[in-house]
Amino acid sequence: MNEIANYFIAFFILAGAFLSMAATLGVIRLPDVYTRNHAASKAATLGVMSILFGTFLYFYFLEGHFNSRLILGIAFVFMTSPVAGHLISRAAYHTGVEMTDRSVHDALKNAKHMTASKDTE
Amino acid sequence: MRTHNNVILETMIRLVLFIIILFSVYIFFAGHYYPGGGFIGGLMTAGAIVLMLIAYDIKTVSIILPFNYRIMTGIGLLFAIGTSAGAIFFNVPFLTHAFGHIVLPVLGDISLHTATLFDLGVYLVVVGVTMTIIQTIGEDE
Repeated sequence: MNEIANYFIAFFILAGAFLSMAATLGVIRLPDVYTRNHAASKAATLGVMSILFGTFLYFYFLEGHFNSRLILGIAFVFMTSPVAGHLISRAAYHTGVEMTDRSVHDALKNAKHMTASKDTE
Repeated sequence: MRTHNNVILETMIRLVLFIIILFSVYIFFAGHYYPGGGFIGGLMTAGAIVLMLIAYDIKTVSIILPFNYRIMTGIGLLFAIGTSAGAIFFNVPFLTHAFGHIVLPVLGDISLHTATLFDLGVYLVVVGVTMTIIQTIGEDE
């Protein structure tokens, strides 16, 4: 039982560390705010969640301790991190941060002009 | 007055607020046997209220939570001094606390300690002071 648990724990923690590293590389490599935010909020969320889940499995199987705070932390990160990413992207868009040259379509352009004219009224 | 459309943030804060308040209460009560206590519990409660201030404006939050945080600080200090000075009436030195196991009908054997009431004072002072600072800075009129 503990041997199988060890493999699961190692898998989740290593997968989480790898995903966090992928998020970091994405933040370094990608061209503009929106794509960087995409990499950071998605990959880092899953990475943190898998590390927390691996920690939970470690304490549950090897120490016999059900740590509900880790479950709560997983749920909390899962709920809040995408919202944080959304708000950062939204703030960047509303303050007029340019998209990269390679992007072809801006579906929010009309809505942005509408809110801008509403603000000046 | 808010005019921007902030549905995602407001809905998420409505959900997350309960978790944060619950966790702060847990941290407060776990303080005797585990890491935690009045200070960090109070800070976390104040953080939840600040989250509400981010989503809504200061008037809405004062309608939802009609507390005067200065009075809350005072009540917390009264709790602290009351539990400390209560020891004098039992002929023991100031700040001596009492401890005992009590068997309640539903909850079973629970350990009650007057230091929890002292901690409640710390909790109220921390919430009161933090919210006073933030509301004083936040109100710009």
